Amino acid sequence: MATLTKPNIKVKRQVISEEEATSEVAATTKQNVHKKTVYDTKDLNLWYGDTHALKDINLSIYEKEVTAIIGPSGCGKSTYLKTLNRMVELVPSVKTSGVITYKDKSILDKSFKVEDLRTKVGMVFQKPNPFPKSIYENIAYGPKIHGIRNKKILDEIVEKSLRGASIWDEVKDRLKENAYGLSGGQQQRICIARCLAIEPDVILMDEPTSALDPKSTLRVEELIQELKKDYSIVIVTHNMQQAARISDRTAFFLNGEVVEYDETDKIFTNPSDNRTEDYISGRFG
Amino acid sequence: MALDNKIDNQDKPSIQDMIAKKKNGKNLTSITEKVIPVLLFLIAAVSIFTTIGIVYTLLIETIEFFKRVPVMDFFTGTALKPLSQNPEFGVLPLINGTIISSIIAMLVAGPIGIMTAVFLSEYASERVRRTLKPMLEILAGIPTIVYGFFAFTFVTPLIREVFPSVEATNILSPGLVMGVMIIPMIASLSEDAMTSVPNAMREGALALGATKLEVTFRVVIPAALSGIIASFVLGISRAIGETMIVTIASGSSKNFTFDITQSMQTMTAYIVEVSGGEAPAGSTIYFSLYAVAMTLFVFTLLMNLLARYVSRKFREEY
Repeated sequence: MATLTKPNIKVKRQVISEEEATSEVAATTKQNVHKKTVYDTKDLNLWYGDTHALKDINLSIYEKEVTAIIGPSGCGKSTYLKTLNRMVELVPSVKTSGVITYKDKSILDKSFKVEDLRTKVGMVFQKPNPFPKSIYENIAYGPKIHGIRNKKILDEIVEKSLRGASIWDEVKDRLKENAYGLSGGQQQRICIARCLAIEPDVILMDEPTSALDPKSTLRVEELIQELKKDYSIVIVTHNMQQAARISDRTAFFLNGEVVEYDETDKIFTNPSDNRTEDYISGRFG
Repeated sequence: MALDNKIDNQDKPSIQDMIAKKKNGKNLTSITEKVIPVLLFLIAAVSIFTTIGIVYTLLIETIEFFKRVPVMDFFTGTALKPLSQNPEFGVLPLINGTIISSIIAMLVAGPIGIMTAVFLSEYASERVRRTLKPMLEILAGIPTIVYGFFAFTFVTPLIREVFPSVEATNILSPGLVMGVMIIPMIASLSEDAMTSVPNAMREGALALGATKLEVTFRVVIPAALSGIIASFVLGISRAIGETMIVTIASGSSKNFTFDITQSMQTMTAYIVEVSGGEAPAGSTIYFSLYAVAMTLFVFTLLMNLLARYVSRKFREEY
């Protein structure tokens, strides 16, 4: 895995910290021109009632990369993730300011149709949450609500999505059974398959392995590596080793602020902020 | 610290000593501990013995009735003339009246009840829900005799204003009012079922780009279906057993008809009429009371069993 990701990282190197050597800055920024962003966040602030949960967030998320968001509990990492598909609005007292653009469209505008955004941006939750329906119906739900009714096409979508989430072989003989008969790890991959079924551009993952055992976690991590070829992935994780293993870029959140955002290698080997170093070395959090 | 404790112990008895003293002193506690469960069992048994007693009485008198009237005549007869010179005891007019009034009631209560539940659980703000739900419960607390008068003195004249051919006593008006009476029951039970669908499921669907309506009708309602169907069956069972509204507003003609503008009698209304003094003990008409009551009992029993079966069968496990 390491050999696979290392060369990529060199190419994608992007400079945020001013402490970088100037010669390197020139070289890397030039290379970065080719790397497209899917999300640009500018001066994002978010309040839950009177609680200031996100403070002046500026972040760009790049296409076909895995971006990990780490930080201690309550630092705003899940909130930020949910802002990216506006699920955060389900909390009644939420207020935002600032701009998030998704492919040059400002998504926080009330005029922006949130259903369109969520059709393009899938989400996988902390706890597996398949619908209490058959495995087949779980996967077909997304395509169906978006108007795909043809049985043959649906069959194809279901198979393709389940293969995409590398769970097809385990469930192909029991598609009519309730998804809740599966193990937690399988359920989570069903949820990933459900998300793939509408072929989104981005997949947001909110601690997708925190409710899974180590073996299932490994499978999901391998899956994320696979999915990276076709999807841009943003993953919130408590597990720093996981961030180091699977992500190309890591953002460290603390008390609602982005302390450091850089490529994963740099964050874990040579962080520029002391607080990042303290956190990744386990001194707090 | 350890030293401090030792000094304390010398001054007063230890906690353990105090507990032991208390335990030895009161044998009463252990007796109460043994007696209470027995007492509770006896109290719980009251309802069981009552049920057995009622069923036993019903059965004995029903058997007596069927000694006088053949079973087939009772269940297939379309004429019910208990007071005529040649009395006939066909129960079909009563069953027909019961079923028709229940269908009318459910046509009102079903859709309105479930839509109310959808509104309360998915759309209403916390504030609106807190005001509306108690109001629904007040509706459920109105005595049925009030509903009966409401049907007879308000709803029927209103219907007759629009459709003058409707009789002064008819099955339509009490059916509709019975529906209104059942709305709170269906709304409240269905709302409970929908509210208990985990939010994670709604979020899962919303994250796929589903609209609120799609989430409600294609995730929440299917997931809550067992509870919703159970509320329907309980509603039907309530409609079958409802007495006062139909007695007051539907008259006592024992027509076997499907015309809802006419007067019909339900099983319950028949029992009210007959037990109202016209039946000397030991007469056939007196025993017919029990046969009808038995039929009614079997009906509601079946409905309750159906409710239990359905709520198990349609449960979407989550």
